[in-house]
Amino acid sequence: MFGFLGPNGAGKTTTVRTLGTLIAPSSGEAEVAGIPLTEANAAAIRRSITIMPEAPGLYLRLTVFENLEFFAGLYGVRDAKRRITAALEAVNLQARSGDLAGTLSKGLRQRVALARSLLSEPRVMFLDEPTSGLDPVAAREVHELLDSLRQRGVTVFLTTHRLDEAERLCDRVAILNRKLLTIGSPDQLRRQLFSTVIDVRTALPLDSPQLLFPAIDGVLDWSCDGPGCYLLTVSDSATVTPRIARALVSVGADITRLAEREKTLEDVYLQLVDNDGEGAK
Amino acid sequence: MTGAAERVRVVVRKEFREYRRKRSILGTTILLPLVFLGVPIGELLSLSSSTPPAAVRALAHSAALMMLLVPIIVPATISAYAVVGEREQGTLEPVLTTPVTERELIIGKAVAAILPAVVLSYFIGAAFGLAVRWNGNPAVVSVVWNPPQVVAQILFAPLLAAWSTWVGMAISARSSDVRVAQQLSSLGSLPMLALTSLFSFGVLVPTVPLAIAFAVALFVIDSFAWRVVAMMFDRERLISRYDG
Repeated sequence: MFGFLGPNGAGKTTTVRTLGTLIAPSSGEAEVAGIPLTEANAAAIRRSITIMPEAPGLYLRLTVFENLEFFAGLYGVRDAKRRITAALEAVNLQARSGDLAGTLSKGLRQRVALARSLLSEPRVMFLDEPTSGLDPVAAREVHELLDSLRQRGVTVFLTTHRLDEAERLCDRVAILNRKLLTIGSPDQLRRQLFSTVIDVRTALPLDSPQLLFPAIDGVLDWSCDGPGCYLLTVSDSATVTPRIARALVSVGADITRLAEREKTLEDVYLQLVDNDGEGAK
Repeated sequence: MTGAAERVRVVVRKEFREYRRKRSILGTTILLPLVFLGVPIGELLSLSSSTPPAAVRALAHSAALMMLLVPIIVPATISAYAVVGEREQGTLEPVLTTPVTERELIIGKAVAAILPAVVLSYFIGAAFGLAVRWNGNPAVVSVVWNPPQVVAQILFAPLLAAWSTWVGMAISARSSDVRVAQQLSSLGSLPMLALTSLFSFGVLVPTVPLAIAFAVALFVIDSFAWRVVAMMFDRERLISRYDG
């Protein structure tokens, strides 16, 4: 699952539409599902992918089943009834297949749109803000569905500005702000942008931390973050953390916490987008 | 059935399903033909032996014109909804990301607009013709059951419906409001009615060759209109032009 992150107006939807052959690229090259993105290949690409736009885009006067039947027909899906049933089962909506789409809540419509994306068994699914405007329960249901898609081996290209969503679901993420700022796994990005910080807390303040911490091999810097609270910048968490523990024990300190301070994808995102904004100024 | 033909069939079926549940379209396709059939029949029944022949002929001519209003107004109403209706529901983008081509989409929507209009037009034409026969007023029978007039009605109905459809779809592709699109489509379809009313009102003395010549001219105009609409149905333009 690939996450595509960026602020509003960054070009996420335009990128999806370009890759989905709705908009002709102005320059550059791309491959979608292994097919070069050219005008001649547009139909082949559209057969290999599905795009779920931000709005579910359902025919409100048609039933859920009729909506799916229409799209199955456009994709030339064989054994459409079976596939529609399977898609509805995947989104847990079998019981609502006879309901008019216009009578469904926004969350349920989003699930129908997701079922529609599954019909043609695409090689790549583009999902544009799939949880936008959903309440937390509906959003969680969509997350679970996306997770199950990932487990089934479907490549998902997810655009979102919900960083928790990207952090939880995506194997790799790209951050863009009208140009690509970075790309990598959330862990890689964290490491790339931020040094590792170990959060050390002791029951009582240390007598002479200014002597203790610089003496530990691998500790690059340290600071006091309150009584008995210390932040140590280290070169490598895995090798240096045990050394810190041993050093603290050797001076008789009672350790109450010794853990790497986690930077979230949100920290990475804000750092990159802020830097980009300052650069643009 | 080829993939393209199957996709056209799928689009037609979807359109019909939507019409069935859309009151404004259902109203236009049911009420309007009933009015256009009921009014001339009512007037026909009101004729007496003392009605002047000129008044009888005028009634027959106006009835012939009404028969041609159905294939103009019904498809204009339906096709005006074609693109802007999809845009309003947000369904245009999902549809355009499928393997359906622009031409398949246009043809599917056009068939779904033209077919009911032609069927209704023939139905009310036949019903009026039978009513005239049953009533037996010789002056009306001679105008309505005049072979060139019948040929003109049969040939003009699908060609007028096609014209209205292309006008409606062209306006719909450029519009962002269904009602405005429907009103403009009806207006845009009227010039063609003026042309054919030359026959209905007997300004041109109807003959079978003249009716066929007019039908060929309508066909050429329809072909040109189809090309214009096909050019307007560009995925990128349809998606990005009226993006919120």
